Amino acid sequence: MSLPRRRRAKKEAYVSLLEIKNLTVKVDGREILKGLDLVMDRGEVHAIMGPNGSGKSTLAHVLSGKPGYEVTAGEVKFEGRDLLELAPDERAARGIFLAFQYPLEIPGVATMTFLRTAINAQRKARGEAELSTPEFMKRVREHAARLSIDQELLRRPVNVGFSGGEKKRNEILQMALLEPKLAVLDETDSGLDIDALKVVADGVNRLRSPQRAVLVITHYQRLLNHIVPDVVHVLANGRIVRTGGSELALELEAKGYAPYQDEAA
Amino acid sequence: MTAEITPIKTAAESGLAAAFAALRGRLPDGAVAARREAAFRRFEAQGLPHRRVEEWKYTDLRVLMRDAKPLAGAPDAGARARAKAAGGVFAMIGARRVVFVDGAFAPELSDLAALEPGLKISSLADALSRGDPPPLPPLRAGEGRETERLAAAGPAAGDVAYELNTAFMGDGAIVEVGAGAEIARPLHLVFFYGAQRSAAVFSRSLVIVGAGAGLTLLESHEGPDGVDYQVNTALDLVVGDGGRLNRIKVNAEGGEALHLATLSATIGAKANVSDFAFLTGGLVVRNQLFVRCAGAGTTLALGGASLLKGRQHGDTTLLVDHAAGGCEGRELFKSVLDGASRGVFQGKIIVRPGAQKTDSRMMTRALLLSEDAEADNKPELEIFADDVQCGHGATSGALDENLKFYLMARGIPEKEAEALLIQSFVGEAIEMVPHEGVRDVLMAATLRWLGGRP
Repeated sequence: MSLPRRRRAKKEAYVSLLEIKNLTVKVDGREILKGLDLVMDRGEVHAIMGPNGSGKSTLAHVLSGKPGYEVTAGEVKFEGRDLLELAPDERAARGIFLAFQYPLEIPGVATMTFLRTAINAQRKARGEAELSTPEFMKRVREHAARLSIDQELLRRPVNVGFSGGEKKRNEILQMALLEPKLAVLDETDSGLDIDALKVVADGVNRLRSPQRAVLVITHYQRLLNHIVPDVVHVLANGRIVRTGGSELALELEAKGYAPYQDEAA
Repeated sequence: MTAEITPIKTAAESGLAAAFAALRGRLPDGAVAARREAAFRRFEAQGLPHRRVEEWKYTDLRVLMRDAKPLAGAPDAGARARAKAAGGVFAMIGARRVVFVDGAFAPELSDLAALEPGLKISSLADALSRGDPPPLPPLRAGEGRETERLAAAGPAAGDVAYELNTAFMGDGAIVEVGAGAEIARPLHLVFFYGAQRSAAVFSRSLVIVGAGAGLTLLESHEGPDGVDYQVNTALDLVVGDGGRLNRIKVNAEGGEALHLATLSATIGAKANVSDFAFLTGGLVVRNQLFVRCAGAGTTLALGGASLLKGRQHGDTTLLVDHAAGGCEGRELFKSVLDGASRGVFQGKIIVRPGAQKTDSRMMTRALLLSEDAEADNKPELEIFADDVQCGHGATSGALDENLKFYLMARGIPEKEAEALLIQSFVGEAIEMVPHEGVRDVLMAATLRWLGGRP
């Protein structure tokens, strides 16, 4: 028995924001992701937790298009379109943002120049007009103030001489300005003290919206006290081995990853 | 028994000898005829340097200088007309322009009105034809041993390119800043090659910054593409005690040009001197800096940025001689090498006995944008004092792929990301330039160069 024509058409029209199927990835000839599946919809916050070496950062890098990762099987669709064939800048313009675990220092490039070049490059790629200088300045000032980022910092070269916390806040500032559809936070909590963690979490929470999905990659549960996820996945040995609600994070905190590592091995 | 081997003269060496013989008595001579003769003999004794001459190891002039061009004649009306736009790179600075076309001073293109008190500007050719005493560092011929005699003649004495310059020098600027005079408006020496045929230009300038005086000196060198002209330019610089000099030289010579440049500087005590060379032009370029810190407590900053592509060859060779103690030296040279270009850096720092508390740091970095580009680095330290801090470092490598990814992950396309990174690489060196407007000029010139990348 087939479905009525109208309903089937409607079902075909529905496309998840992100669909990862059987993603298999090698780095330096070693298989790191071994058939990962993940579906995310707009408005959702997912957390991926897992032990060191489970493939968390690899997933973040593959999504954003970092060179050096060989996809040997599987597919990644973003808004129904093949993501893997796109260059990193094209992915960014489509709405994917990666908050780096270790934000890089770019001596000689002022933070303001960097932000502006990035925003306007994305707008250009989408066929939109460049932001006017006053509008750009206004947005930067607003978001920077909310993240307690000193204006003086924005005049400095990107991340040069920034503290660990300042670097992470700068990542969130970029995320706020670039307004991605999917934000991937790669171990954003690493190296942050509790106050910095709250500022960063508040920044992310402000960006939660029905139009935006957030993928929080973390080893520890503590960030998830502040950014409460809708779904928690456990990544072990290159696969999602368990999926649950936010309470799963608490369970992992209490019991550790040992059971999953055994399971996966 | 000793065997003297005289290598066969190259076409360029024979050409230079013939040119010198023919020009004897026709150059503005004044009191320097003997100096020219002696300089040419010193050149002849060694010939053009080649790869087995340590100081010229990477810039083999026997190979790279195929012939000697005839000396440039007086510039024609067309060259003078084209020279009006020369030096436009510094247009934003509002500097006082002193223009040389095909090596000859062009007073009608120069701005010599209302010179600030303490500032004197004249032309070398005028001084020589008036028979003024030679505006050159003193040379006490025949005194003492050879090395001492050369030492008395300024730090570049004995160098082949410099000796050739002395033998053939035609014109140039003589600039004197009287003691204590702070000249706010930068002075711009514009060197423009306007001839449409191959010729050789030998310009020689002398800048004396008196005790406690200050000057910002801009220098630009440019000429047409497609003409294989030869420029040999030299600057004798003397900075008195407590003097301040910031020099910024832009080399935008034509794409076939050979450009040999020498700075021969002697610096007094507690002075503050910076020199920055920005290079995009020429086919074969050698920029050599001979700097002697003769007085204690001086701050010296030497820097450069070379942006090369195609088959360009850019050589920066410096010799910093700390003859007095307590001086601080900072050297930072960067090169961006695309195509099949070659960037050469040779830096030697000498700390003389007794020059205690010398603090000297030399760094050179090359960014290779192509598989065919080549960077050669040769830092040397000769330290004869025991209480000094001296360091040097050299790096060469490709663009940082991780940084490039960071920028691309923010939506910046690959070419633009590369341009930003190159800009940032070059920017670190440009930051050394104390004059903000000049920094902007150099960054803009960097962007123009990047815009021309395929």
